[in-house]
Amino acid sequence: MLSFNRVSKFYKVGTFGGKELAAVRDVSFDVNEGEVVSLIGESGSGKTTIGKMALKLIEISRGSITCDGADVAAIRGGAVKSYYRHVQGVFQDPFSSYNPIFKADRVFAMIRSEYFADMARSEWDDKVDAALRSVTLEPGQVLNKYPHQLSGGQLQRLLVARALLLDLKILVADEIISMLDASTRIDVLNMLAELKGRGMGILFITHDLSLGNYISEKTVILRRGVVVEMGATDKVFGNPTHPYTKILISSVPQLHKKWADVEAEIRARGGDDAGVCLYHRFYRPMAQVADGPDDRPAMLKVEDDHYVGCFELGQGVCKV
Amino acid sequence: MTGVVTGEPKKGLIKGPPGGEATAVPAGRKRGEFLYFALRSRKFLLATGVLLTLIGIAFIGPMVDTNDPLAQNLLPMRPPTTETGYWFGTTYFGEDVFAQFAHGLRATFFVGLLGGGLAAVIGMAVGFTAGYRGGWVDEMLNMATNVMLVIPTLALLIVISSYLQRSWPEARGIPFESVFVGLTSWPWAARAIRAQTFSLRSRDFIDLAKLSGRRGWKIIAFEIAPNMSSYLFMTFILLFGGAILIAASLDFIGLGPTQGISLGLMMFNSFSYGAALLLGLWWWFIPPGIGIMATVGALYVMNVGLDEIFNPKLREI
Amino acid sequence: MSLQVSDLRVYYRTLAGDVKALDGATFSIADKEIMGLAGESGCGKSTLGNSLIRLDGRMKYVAGSVKLDNNELPIWDNSAMNEFRYRDVSVIPQYAMSAMNPTRKIGKMTAELLESRGESFAEIRPELLRRIDLVGLQRDVLSRYPIELSGGMKQRMVMVLSTLLDPSLLIADEITSALDVSTQRAVAETLVSFRDHGFVKSMIVITHDVSILYQTADTILVMYAGKLAEKAPTKTIIQDPRHPYTRMLISSLPEVGIRYANKKLSGIPGSPPSLLNPPTGCRFRARCPLAFDKCAEEPPFVKIARDHDVACWKATGSDA
Repeated sequence: MLSFNRVSKFYKVGTFGGKELAAVRDVSFDVNEGEVVSLIGESGSGKTTIGKMALKLIEISRGSITCDGADVAAIRGGAVKSYYRHVQGVFQDPFSSYNPIFKADRVFAMIRSEYFADMARSEWDDKVDAALRSVTLEPGQVLNKYPHQLSGGQLQRLLVARALLLDLKILVADEIISMLDASTRIDVLNMLAELKGRGMGILFITHDLSLGNYISEKTVILRRGVVVEMGATDKVFGNPTHPYTKILISSVPQLHKKWADVEAEIRARGGDDAGVCLYHRFYRPMAQVADGPDDRPAMLKVEDDHYVGCFELGQGVCKV
Repeated sequence: MTGVVTGEPKKGLIKGPPGGEATAVPAGRKRGEFLYFALRSRKFLLATGVLLTLIGIAFIGPMVDTNDPLAQNLLPMRPPTTETGYWFGTTYFGEDVFAQFAHGLRATFFVGLLGGGLAAVIGMAVGFTAGYRGGWVDEMLNMATNVMLVIPTLALLIVISSYLQRSWPEARGIPFESVFVGLTSWPWAARAIRAQTFSLRSRDFIDLAKLSGRRGWKIIAFEIAPNMSSYLFMTFILLFGGAILIAASLDFIGLGPTQGISLGLMMFNSFSYGAALLLGLWWWFIPPGIGIMATVGALYVMNVGLDEIFNPKLREI
Repeated sequence: MSLQVSDLRVYYRTLAGDVKALDGATFSIADKEIMGLAGESGCGKSTLGNSLIRLDGRMKYVAGSVKLDNNELPIWDNSAMNEFRYRDVSVIPQYAMSAMNPTRKIGKMTAELLESRGESFAEIRPELLRRIDLVGLQRDVLSRYPIELSGGMKQRMVMVLSTLLDPSLLIADEITSALDVSTQRAVAETLVSFRDHGFVKSMIVITHDVSILYQTADTILVMYAGKLAEKAPTKTIIQDPRHPYTRMLISSLPEVGIRYANKKLSGIPGSPPSLLNPPTGCRFRARCPLAFDKCAEEPPFVKIARDHDVACWKATGSDA
């Protein structure tokens, strides 16, 4: 299980690094094995930063990430390799993920030389074949080819196959669908759902709500680095509470409803006064408390397995 | 430049010529394509031809004309004839100009290889480390690079030469000159390599290598450098040519080695000791001049030709 | 009829031969019509859009004619087309956000653009300001540099610039792909408002995102592997498509509300054919579940209803 506990990431910006920019602020959620958690946010929401922190590619400024209880940031040196046995990532641009001057299956050879150097050739080949088949790829079609000879969908699936060669518990999938064609998207998504069925935990980072809704059990909605709403997917989508979530859902272009109709639906369902978020309606007195996220509860429970927060944490009024 | 693709953040689908081709040209296709375009590039062929001719003279010349280049035993100041030993004429002191030319070419190429090679090695080490590590390591190395760039190498060499002349006269040979040139001409290569490394460092395949358990120098050696191989090759060629030019310039103003012979030294001797210009001994300084010009020129032209070969965008269909 | 395209063929020159990117397009667009051009990458939609305004160096005009408002467009002649560009045919290019000169203030850039077209900036200025208000930007945007604007703002600015001279035909090439969901909606609605206000007569909206087309377009033209597959009013394409490719494409799109656990979607197996040596007959044959022997002969793009054209033997009832 991958657990995020009040994770924050700050960057120093400005001349001489005077100002501080919070890319991620006070984010907490869990990814259990056998479930898909969608991390939904627009650009600048910090979702990629969270994914990279989980993969130890970016350092955490505050808070902690634990994997099965062990602090991820404390892992150093040789232990990092064993961490990567259990947690792997796949990124957005399939063509950028491969070194263009080498063949695509070199990514397998890299894993072999680092983790399975003692394995016999034939045993290794069998292992690779099994991994490829479990992502619905034909070994003869994809082995021994250069990245530009394969399609985006095949490349993404190759990367998942690579991750499966290890003892994977958690997969961080960062926008892996957005650069694929419509017809391959659904195949890759279905493959992820199957992997989840076999016990893997997947952190599915995306900006596309319909994809998140299709495949995940839990949804976390991120805005400007802060979690605004999270919970079971059908509860978050069925009963969107935070104004930002409502805007997101009403802006998604749907195939059978016009934008105006979706908006009317949402408006008809919720009776909240526009503008002030649920969080501040209940916790307005807290705004006068001294600053510091430790004083404040992070999320407010709306119903079972459904929480809402505020993206203006630390400020007095919530503006949408 | 060459096969390196600069990343652009975009969320849309990848666009390119239909057929789904990615924009980078991988190694397998590169080899076949390289040969195809190499054989069609006039610049590349011309430059290679010139260089091979000069290398040929450097190798075979002394075997054919066995005179010692510094032996002053021939009839002095003779213009070129077809008589062996007088192909390029003789100097004021009765030395065989052709022998000097052939031996000088050897020395020149040696300086280019050693000096250029040393500069390339230092430049790569500094450039890769600074570009990959970033942070304060980058700051320090950058400072060192800038300091080296700013130091006037001529003044430095005058000081070092005169000091060595007193204390260690034997050191003023061609190897010393090569090392000196190598130690002072690496900064621009380091800068260029650093810039390329920066742009490659943020690519996803580097992250993927990290996720595969690879660390630091392995990533530089196996992921970044191979991606820049054409660029590194061309950098070496430029450093090679640059080293020759610097060495020739140093020789010409008298700061060259006190032993041996090189093309620059020939020109130095002809002007300062032999008054060749006054006496009209054109065969003494024109061959070395052309030799230097041809070598360095051919190297630069080859560089341009290679750029066209490696970079598909510069080619015409 | 505003735009009439007749058997347009545009190929790409490559070392390996001609890539038949657009191989015979015949269709027409009426006044005030927004036509969506949909298809996956490599289907030729960008080639079609770009060929109507500018053939870049790699493209080779092979055959066909284009008539705009009954005037023949000389698309094969770069300098002759100059008369028509920007005035009669205008384009909002892909990555339009990077289309503005970063070293110029936007007002200065606009002035230069208009001067180069022989128009007086001073005369057009009031109209320009009016349109800037219309799209929801501040008037001071003219004295800003592009880097000071957000992605959505830049996109809207480019839209205003491209339509300043009220062209008859506007080609919008993937203008929403690189935007966030909320900005996407704003930009798409702005596009429609241009048509409603009469700034543009007809529009071709090129995108791979069919759901955006549902929200904005009147008709949709679906392309596959360089050929036209189906053209019909939007509702028909979404609810009752006749071409097998269109059917499979529409049914592979996940929507908010559809979940994997409830309804597993399926993609289209296989991949599009190489356009270097395209197969004879129907190009979708290899992947089509309804293919039969007549498909070895290429189906023509014919009318099966008043506004509905299809290129499929099965759809035209020729399978009897």
